Amino acid sequence: MGKKILLEHIDKPEIKGIEGYIKYGGYRSIEKALKKMTPDEITEEVKKSGLRGRGGAGFPTGMKWSFLFKGSDKPRYLLCNADESEPGTFKDRLIMEKIPHLLVEGMIASSYALGVRTAYIYIRGEYMYILRILEQAIAEAYAKGYLGEKILGSDYSLDLYVHPGGGAYICGEETALIESLEGKRGNPRIKPPFPAVAGLWGCPTIVNNVETIAKVPFIINEGGETYSKIGIGASTGTKLISACGNINKPGVYEIELGLPVEEFIYSDEYCGGIKGGKQLKAVVPGGSSVPILPQRLVTKTAAGTPRLMSYESLAEGGFQTGSMLGSGGFIVFDEDQCVVRNTWNFSRFYHHESCGQCSPCREGTGWMEKILHRLEHGHGHMEDIDLLWDVQRKVEGNTICPFGDASAWPVAAAIRHFRDEFEWHVLNPEECTRRNYGMGVAAAEPELV
Amino acid sequence: MTATNNIAFSPERMAEVQAIIKRYPEGRQKSAILPILHMAQHDFGGWLSQDVMDHVADLLDIKPIEVYEVATFYTMFHLRPVGKKVLEVCRTGPCMLVGSDNIVQYLEKKLEIKDGDTTPDGMFTIKTVECLGACGYAPMMQVGEKYHEFLTPEKLDRLLDEFRKDA
Repeated sequence: MGKKILLEHIDKPEIKGIEGYIKYGGYRSIEKALKKMTPDEITEEVKKSGLRGRGGAGFPTGMKWSFLFKGSDKPRYLLCNADESEPGTFKDRLIMEKIPHLLVEGMIASSYALGVRTAYIYIRGEYMYILRILEQAIAEAYAKGYLGEKILGSDYSLDLYVHPGGGAYICGEETALIESLEGKRGNPRIKPPFPAVAGLWGCPTIVNNVETIAKVPFIINEGGETYSKIGIGASTGTKLISACGNINKPGVYEIELGLPVEEFIYSDEYCGGIKGGKQLKAVVPGGSSVPILPQRLVTKTAAGTPRLMSYESLAEGGFQTGSMLGSGGFIVFDEDQCVVRNTWNFSRFYHHESCGQCSPCREGTGWMEKILHRLEHGHGHMEDIDLLWDVQRKVEGNTICPFGDASAWPVAAAIRHFRDEFEWHVLNPEECTRRNYGMGVAAAEPELV
Repeated sequence: MTATNNIAFSPERMAEVQAIIKRYPEGRQKSAILPILHMAQHDFGGWLSQDVMDHVADLLDIKPIEVYEVATFYTMFHLRPVGKKVLEVCRTGPCMLVGSDNIVQYLEKKLEIKDGDTTPDGMFTIKTVECLGACGYAPMMQVGEKYHEFLTPEKLDRLLDEFRKDA
């Protein structure tokens, strides 16, 4: 059993309320931060911890914080990215639903470190019932003096609000999130300037993921060095992994980084193996945007070493034979799943969610969806596979935000590792509408569940 | 603040609207647009007519076009009338892997409408949506604010009955 930083008390229902939360050690970091530490000392501890952004990019949090521009008298803002919408990802939801005060505490401690007087949690609109849980937790924190004027008798004051989105994946991109919070369409901004210099309403702004913020209380309480000793190498600490797809035990697991992928998939402590005793066909380890790994590259790298749940190990081999830890959305495919069908499904998602600002993404996602639809439904030609490869290459790297890459990578990886499956669809146009190509012989449209 | 075509929040809701606007700095009231559109959709029949959007523009002291461009961008807002219960079924990858297509088919057959349509009695609308962040508890759908997870035909039958009674 690995170290638990976030979910140690998740099974205790009373931890949802402020009394229960305090009973299990909650809000200690606010006392310590406000009474014993300067803001810069907290940023130093976060740097020492090696904490990396848990939204998907994995950028060092302490470094991000140190970019916050402090040379003007403009207000600074901290925004929590609770837009959680990368397919396969449902981890932040668990924290906010079951331990809302952990996020509130993290927001207060982080805001103090950054000199922020007003902070917002931007939550996806579909999580409206969680927004109400958070608002309740915030009201409790105000009543206890952890929020508002002169917190715990110090000179520090902070207001914290929750802001709902309206159903747009792109608002998880930090500049789109800022645009959305300003009451506009979620169109990402051209960078520079980066939000740390000119973000919300043109003011210096830091945007951090829920899980990232939730790690800050532990780092303040136990010290950055203690945190940095958990995990492996530059992948310090723990990570929430949301596991889904064809496994026995889908759910959210807090793992110590460095856990072998094989153990994560097959151990009863985690996913509990493939459902129905079937074989593993592939894994998308970090949310829909990261490259799919075929079975032979899931538990071992191309070099034959065990693949570990860490930023470095999952990326080993680059995009040729590796993938990314990403958001921790771990999607498992059994032998009966069709890669062409799933890639088409993901492309439809990206086409639906493109903000439409950059032509390569707006047009490219539509092209990819159409070609994949054709292939999946038995109308494809052999040239379509190369055309698809060509389109994804023209999208990747040619947009102002990472959405273009996110839409291109799954397509590229599917062709790279499963080209035979694409070709089979072209060569068997009728059969491919009736059954899936795979290790098994499942029907393409299974009977009603 | 003027109400157009008799559309106006109740006094209690208007107090909520004013409290939301105060969360943002002075002059940044436009930021309140998404929370207030959610309230408007809830209070004015489940969708946003042009009159409703004009009312929101009035409340926020912005141009109507600023509301239209936002309302048309975010998929949670309905720009046409919908049924009393909108069945928002997730269709994205992880849900598809465990049978979301079957769930949509089952609903279409049972309610005798297609995805995107509303039953003639105005009770149900089927709306397939992209990932709702419930991938481990799939297949799933959202109805109102509530998530219904691990769906099966039996569970759907039960839920549809409950929704009818509830309406």
